[in-house]
Amino acid sequence: MTEYVFWLWQWFRSEILAIPGRLIALLFVLGLLFLPALTTQAHVLRILTFTAVFAVYAASWDVLAGYTGQVNLGQTLFFGVAAYSAALLNLHLNFPPWVTIPSGAIVAVLAGLIVGIPALRLRGFYLSLVTLAFPVILTGLVFVFSDVTGGELGLIGVDRLSHSRVWDYYLVLIIMLVCLFAMFKFTDPGSQWIRVGLILHGIREDEITARTSGIHTTRYKLMAFAVSGFFAGIAGGLYAHLIRIAGPSTLELFFSFQAILWTVFGGMGTIYGPVAGVFILYPLVEFVRLHPVGEAVRFVLFALMLILTLLFMPEGLTTWVRDKIEVTCPRCKLINRRSREHCRVCRAPLHRDLKKIEE
Amino acid sequence: MSLAPFFADVRALPIVTVQPPLEVRIPAEGRGRNGAMFQMILINGLVFGGVYATLAVGFSLVFGVAKILNMAHTGFYMITAFLMFVGSAVIGIPLLPSALLSIFTAGIVAIICYKLVFDRVKTHEIALLIISIALAMLFQEILLLIFAAHYRNIPPFVPGYREIAGLRVSYQHLLTIGSTVATLVALWALLTRTRLGDAIRAVAEDSETANLMGINVGRVCMITMGISAVLAGVAAAVVAPLFTVEPHMWVHPLIMILAVVVLGGMGSIKGSVMAAFILGFAETVVVFLVPSGGYLRGAVSLGIMVVVLIVRPEGLFGVVFEEERL
Repeated sequence: MTEYVFWLWQWFRSEILAIPGRLIALLFVLGLLFLPALTTQAHVLRILTFTAVFAVYAASWDVLAGYTGQVNLGQTLFFGVAAYSAALLNLHLNFPPWVTIPSGAIVAVLAGLIVGIPALRLRGFYLSLVTLAFPVILTGLVFVFSDVTGGELGLIGVDRLSHSRVWDYYLVLIIMLVCLFAMFKFTDPGSQWIRVGLILHGIREDEITARTSGIHTTRYKLMAFAVSGFFAGIAGGLYAHLIRIAGPSTLELFFSFQAILWTVFGGMGTIYGPVAGVFILYPLVEFVRLHPVGEAVRFVLFALMLILTLLFMPEGLTTWVRDKIEVTCPRCKLINRRSREHCRVCRAPLHRDLKKIEE
Repeated sequence: MSLAPFFADVRALPIVTVQPPLEVRIPAEGRGRNGAMFQMILINGLVFGGVYATLAVGFSLVFGVAKILNMAHTGFYMITAFLMFVGSAVIGIPLLPSALLSIFTAGIVAIICYKLVFDRVKTHEIALLIISIALAMLFQEILLLIFAAHYRNIPPFVPGYREIAGLRVSYQHLLTIGSTVATLVALWALLTRTRLGDAIRAVAEDSETANLMGINVGRVCMITMGISAVLAGVAAAVVAPLFTVEPHMWVHPLIMILAVVVLGGMGSIKGSVMAAFILGFAETVVVFLVPSGGYLRGAVSLGIMVVVLIVRPEGLFGVVFEEERL
């Protein structure tokens, strides 16, 4: 028994405590889990619940754009499609949330495939433009067929996710953690048991080389679209049940851009980047809003902050912070605390090469 | 402490809420006449086509020369319209000088944006795209802060109308069509008949070689940005009296010019002009003939864009692009 405990402690020490990034992630998750013990203010819980939903949404954009390099300007399509289908299923067929949310996500996967198939023939700006087009087209259709979709007001009276705020919070939090872990593993280029992350990186860096190496790039790009659509769809379904309305605001262009802004602020091509971006920016904007001046200036600040981030930390906040606190061992490629002189495993000096380059 | 008192005087200005933004504003005197539908579509199509052509040419120019997909392009259009409103309704200068001043200011703002923002992230394609979106949002939010989300009108340059082929056409419509054509001709002359035009075209063709030939590429890009903003400003100045002025007015034209630029072929100015008129007419036909077509304005153009991208990705006049290697 004590052996297992010892082994677990060793694992914990070497895999989590020794790596500052993981330690921060652990503290962050623990903090979120114990937050309701500190405060049960409805406002705080509500904001954090939405933050968790948007974290999944922003991370889903990152799977597609950050990893595959397909800058999708219409991520809101997946979110909106899932929100609408969840609401329709709930209102007309009375399905409970645990059925509507996954089915909304599946509809979003279909939407992802429908967008993905034409988008595969294009690259760069052209792809961005095509993806931009779809939510706008759908918004037009939503307004035209307003007897089905509720038009400008949207579908009102969707069921609540659960009976209390705290339950909502925990449900969304756990779904978020599961989704983020799944996305992180799916895109992890260093993974031992899934090659997808590595292949997606390859496609982003050089598609033709990837193709010459025998990778069916079309299939993988389509897969990225489907996965991204799935998680954005889960976020959309959750959102519809939380706010109890599925309206055209879920298809707005601005909402697409918001996912991009959060992700870029946090750092593209990392799943933790968008999460950090959402958890910093969204509550900040919402709390600033409580102040009378803040209500007016919050989006000005939001846009300014984004421009400044891009100008001075183009890789994003988390990447910038990560480079400050972590360093990869040049010999064994393990991650170390930056303050260490020598690698914690192979004792190789950590900073010598860097200094040489600087000289 | 609210900011409201500072802006109270601006907000108390004449607010004219005429129609929801999705409706095309048809001169009241043109309505209700049977059989005038065709002429109405013709006039409105020309107006829309002209405006989109002027906007899209500027957008295309910047994309071709500086390789910036400038989503803030219609932001300059919006800024000009608002400056015109401030100049004519708040300060009280006559309309024409205030329009010229606003266009000039839009050009300056664009050059400042280029120097402060675009120039620094130039090498990073995605960063450029995103930073231009952020800039457009910044413009929108600053204008919302100052003017709030009201619809405002600018009086026409030339009041009155004239009867042409059984349809009363206001002088403002004719002026808009005329000045967009004049602007496009002026731009064409600038690009083909001057040294600056030669430099711009050289940079668009191959910026590295242009640099080797002694052209200051950075400066040419900056000037192109200014020119494109001036074009957007001209479009705004001539069309603002026909549309409502509000802080979200940049979104629809942006969607339209994206469709136009793709249909015409990226970087092709001739293609942009043709495509602008095609989509301008398509939009007008949809708005006039399809029930609740006002909601489908953007959808139809973007639908055309998607089909074009799939069937013929190089657009009407674009060059066939090879798969590039870096």
